[in-house]
Formats: sequence, structure tokens, C-alpha cells
Amino acid sequence: MNLEKEKLLEMYRKMLEIRHFEEKAFELYGQNLVPGTLHLYAGQEAVAVGVCANLRKDDYITSTHRGHGHCIAKGAQLDRIMAEILGKKTGYCKGKGGSMHIADFSVGMLGATAVVGAGIPIASGAGLSIKLRGTDQVVACFFGEGASNQGTFHEGINMAAIWTLPVVFVCENNLYAMGTRQTNVMLIENVAERAVAYGIPGVTVDGNDVLAVYEAAHEAVKRARESRGPTLIECKTYRHKGHSRFDPATYRPKEEVEEWLKKDSVQRFKAKLLEMKILTETEVDKIEQDVIAAVEKAAKFAIDSPCPAPEEALEDVCA
Amino acid sequence: MRQITYRDALREALREEMLRDKTVFVLGEDVGRYWQGAFKVTKGLAEEFGDERVRDTPISESAIVGVAAGAAITGMKPIAEIMFGDLSALAMDQIANQVAKLRYMFGGQTRVPVVIRMPFGAGVNIAAHHSQSLEAWFMHVPGLKIALPSTPYDAKGLLKTAIRDGDPVMFFEHKLLYPLEGPVPEEEYTIPFGVADVKREGEDVTVVATLYMVHKALAAAKMLSKEGIDVEVIDPRTLAPLDKQSIVNSVKNTGRIVIVTEDCKTAGVSAEIAAIVAEESLDYLDAPIKRVAEPDTPIPFSPPLEQFVIPNEKSIIKAVKEIVY
Ligand SMILES: Cc1ncc(C[n+]2csc(CCOP(=O)(O)OP(=O)(O)O)c2C)c(N)n1
Repeated sequence: MNLEKEKLLEMYRKMLEIRHFEEKAFELYGQNLVPGTLHLYAGQEAVAVGVCANLRKDDYITSTHRGHGHCIAKGAQLDRIMAEILGKKTGYCKGKGGSMHIADFSVGMLGATAVVGAGIPIASGAGLSIKLRGTDQVVACFFGEGASNQGTFHEGINMAAIWTLPVVFVCENNLYAMGTRQTNVMLIENVAERAVAYGIPGVTVDGNDVLAVYEAAHEAVKRARESRGPTLIECKTYRHKGHSRFDPATYRPKEEVEEWLKKDSVQRFKAKLLEMKILTETEVDKIEQDVIAAVEKAAKFAIDSPCPAPEEALEDVCA
Repeated sequence: MRQITYRDALREALREEMLRDKTVFVLGEDVGRYWQGAFKVTKGLAEEFGDERVRDTPISESAIVGVAAGAAITGMKPIAEIMFGDLSALAMDQIANQVAKLRYMFGGQTRVPVVIRMPFGAGVNIAAHHSQSLEAWFMHVPGLKIALPSTPYDAKGLLKTAIRDGDPVMFFEHKLLYPLEGPVPEEEYTIPFGVADVKREGEDVTVVATLYMVHKALAAAKMLSKEGIDVEVIDPRTLAPLDKQSIVNSVKNTGRIVIVTEDCKTAGVSAEIAAIVAEESLDYLDAPIKRVAEPDTPIPFSPPLEQFVIPNEKSIIKAVKEIVY
């Protein structure tokens, strides 16, 4: 697939933003600035970026407990995401949601649910709304392979299929749901095979190759936009860290981790861009420095922001 | 007496009952050897009893409970773990329409000896989907028993009773209680359902509290005693059956009651207890019934917001002082 230089650079920058953002979030956690828990997206950047690079601002996405990357890829601001993670008033959800529940409706990011699989029917519902309103928007729905064993997966995708809804279901198969290996909880190798049960296309791609993800999503988004119905895309990928902050991930064999680290999506894309002469080493450094500065600025904004006042807990319940 | 944690007390109960009865088995997400339970309650059990009896499941709450029900009506005694109490919502049909009703609906032909364990409670900044206290949902369903221990001693004794009970038992734990230490005897014991425990005797006011709120009530009682207010703290330990008599008797003595629970105030556990007290001991009350509960919001993430909605010592003391004068 031939993409313009601008587009490729934008994708690379987004992936770097996610990577550095997650590193910063981890660092701030270590400094006790992040309350609660943290599920890092590092390692899976190619999925969010490869999919969202096909979306318009008025398209929608739904997200999960591991959602920072989805927000960034859809165009949410780093500073307000970080502020939410730190529980600040300036965060996207005024401190009510936190790391697992970021939403930015202004860019079509319909929110992250921490109930595994709960976003799937919600994405179908957004697709139904698009159909009823007669626009040509599209919804991308992110979830893990663990979520694909939840009843909502079956119910939500089947409904999108029978009603020909403009939804792209994106399963991020990082092989583990907490400590549970995929092979212990499903007998098929590829989650995408389940698409057959709904009569929709199912494709499995290398989720650490941003261009492969882009291409599969391109096809699926086109199909959705042309009112030809949903697609299930499975992206094989790997989380770099444990499930959440406290998890040393000892259930993953060391060789497996090393193997996957070698396939790191950011490094691979960088090498590819250098090879294609889209980027030079100097430009690589420049982009990286820019991204680091942007992330630092976001962190500073978040740290300097005030906490919400306690009584704000009572607001936004019902009108 | 030896001191062990609430977490270890629960594990001992599971282990002893698994040794005692071959039909007892555990199922749930990440309860097995790789993760050992989200709160490490099942640590070591898969190694000891094998993966067949300590069964990791897919992320499928509805099927976890449904499968437990099916096994229970055909001779097994499953203990299902739901990783967070909030996620019981996904299993609600199986719990409320199946597990709770099979015995009655089928005219007593079957019983459903399942235990469904789950942690409730806020306080660790994990927001609206992992922090709720939903006891009242289940209290509203006939056919379910409900145990909710506040100490390691009660945790072990009640869990053993739950596993041996022939009917479904909802077993509610609290995230903040797992590391709590307390005395637990080495020798075998069980605690009957429907028997409240007076955690502190007092003459001036009755405070009924559950789960983590028992400890906040005890801390508040200690502070109030310095001001000459003598608080009795009662932990019902089971909500179904509920030991109404112990609560009513205490109110007859003190003439005052404050009910402290972490769930939402409206139609919550405290509402039911208040109604019982009003029905059965209104004449003995010298002051209005007071409730301290979550102010009808989802649980927010940010620490100042979350702390604002969780009942605490201060709100308990305030409520007591409003009726003790
Ligand atoms: C319905 C539900 N069950 C259990 C959990 C606890 N939990 C949180 S994340 C997780 C694993 C999710 O795995 P997957 O969907 O593959 O996403 P990943 O964490 O790998 O990104 C579990 C079991 C939950 N949040 N919601």
C-alpha cells in the first residue's frame, strides 16, 4: 500500500507518543503520583495507530482498561489524558474516571470501559445510530482476546452483522488475559475464525506491523463506510509489561518475551522508514526529541493541575 | 491465639473443605496456578488439588455461575469466584433467576449448593467498575443466603458454613480486609448463619455495620468513648438470614441506632435494617434512626472524590452525635 510521506510520519509520531506517554505514566506511578492501577499499552502501539490512521475525526472508537493508546491514536490531547490518570480536575473526566475510563467525545472517543467486553455492544449501538442518522461515519471497537470469550462479544457482533452496521471490531490478541494464556481458554488459534459464525469477514494480521494493521483496517473501514457491514480484525501483538502495575508477569516464558521484544512495532516501523528513506537518522532524533518534550509538557500540566474539590463527587450523576 | 490474615483465613476454609469433601471445587478467572486469584485467596490450591478442582475459566461471568449451578444440581459443590463484585452484574440472570429459584420453582426437587464469592468495596482508586458495594441487589432476591465477614475469624467460620450449606450462598468480601490480621484458632470451627456478633458492647447507641465499615465503626466508637459516649457495635455477619433479634434487642437497650454500610443509601442494606427497627422496636427509640452510607453516586476515581463518598469515622461520629445528646 502506498502511503504519503506525511501520513507515514504522522503514524510514526503517534506510535512514539504512545510509547513515551506510557513510559512517563509508569515513571509517575513509581513516584506515587498515579492513584489506583495502570494497564500500559506499550507494545501494542501499531494496533491503535494502524486502525485510527484510517478514521476521520467524526468517526468513533470504543476502548478498554488498556486504553491510553486508543485515546492518543484517535487524537485526544496528551495533557488531559495524563491529568485524568493523575485524578486531576483538568482531566477528560474531571478525575471521575481515571486510567481505566478515559473518554474524549470531542474526537469521537466514546470512552473506555473496564468491564471486559462491555464496549462491544456499545460500539454496535454507535453503529446503529450512524445507520439511523444516515451519516457515513464508522466505529472502531477495541478489545482483547480475553474479551472475546464474553457473551457480549457474541451478542454485540451478531447484531452488528445482521443489521449491516458500520463497525470494525478490533481484537488485540496479546496472548494473555491477566495470567491466562489464550490456549487455556479457547481451542482455536485465531480469534478471527469466529467471524464465520456471524457471516462477516474475519482477518488475522501481524499486530506489530503498523502497515499490515493499516491495510486490514483500511479495507474494513471502507467496507463499513460503504454500508457493507462489520469486519472482525485480529491483531497478534504483545504487551511489553505485566497486565497491570503490580504484575511481574512470571507466567510468560522469558524466551517468549524476548522473542516479542525483538518484534517491537516501534523499532520495526522506524527501521522500515529509514530503509524507505522516508526518514533520516537526524529526523528520527528530532521527532523523538519533539515527542519527549510534548510528553514532558503533558506530565507537567497534569502534575501542576489541581485535584477536584471533594463535593464534585456529587455532580454529573443525573440531571 | 495465632494471628492470620483474612485472606489466609479464607484460603484455609477453602482448603479444609476441599480436603473434607471431594465434591467441593473452585472455579473462576485466574484462580489457578498462574495468577492464584486476583487477591491471592486461592494461592497454592491448584498446586495442592490440581487444575481440575481449581479451575481457571475464560472471562465469562455468566457461564461461571451457570456452570456452577449445573454442577451443583448434579452432585457437586462448586465455589465460584467473581473477580470483582461489580462484575456480578454480568452473571445476574444466572444468580437471580437460576441459582436462586431452581429449588423453589421445581417444587423442592433440587437444591443448589453453590458459593459465589466476590470482593466489594471502594478505597483503592479503581473507580466506578471495580469499587461498588452491591449487597442490596442480592438481599432483594429470595432464595439466596448472604454472608459478609468483617474479620479473619468470621471469614473462615462463615465460609466453611457456606460451603456445607445446601443452598446458594453469596459470599461477600472486602478488598481492604484481605491483609487484615486477627485471631483464628487452629482447630476446626464453623459459624452459624443468622447470628450477629457484638463487636463492642455499649449502652448509649447501637451501631450496626458490615464488612469494612465494622472497623470504621469500632474506630469511631473508640473516639466517642473519650467523650463519654458508649457505643455498641453489631455486625450482622449474614444479611440473609438476618439476625433481627440481636439488633432489636440492642436497640431496646440503647434506644438509639445508627446503621453504617458502604453501599448506596437509597434502597440499600441500611434501608432494610432501618425498616425492621422501625417495625419492630419503634416504641423503644429515643431518637430518629440514622443511616451512614454512600451518597448515591457511582464511585469516583480521584482520591479526594472517592474519600468524599465513602463513609468514614467522621461521618459515623457526626451521625451518632446527632442522636446522642
Ligand atoms: C467482565 C470482567 N471480568 C473480569 C475483569 C477483570 N479483568 C480486567 S482485565 C482482564 C483481562 C482482560 O484480558 P483481555 O480482554 O485479553 O485484554 P488485555 O488485558 O490483554 O488487554 C480481566 C480478567 C473485568 N475487568 N471485567
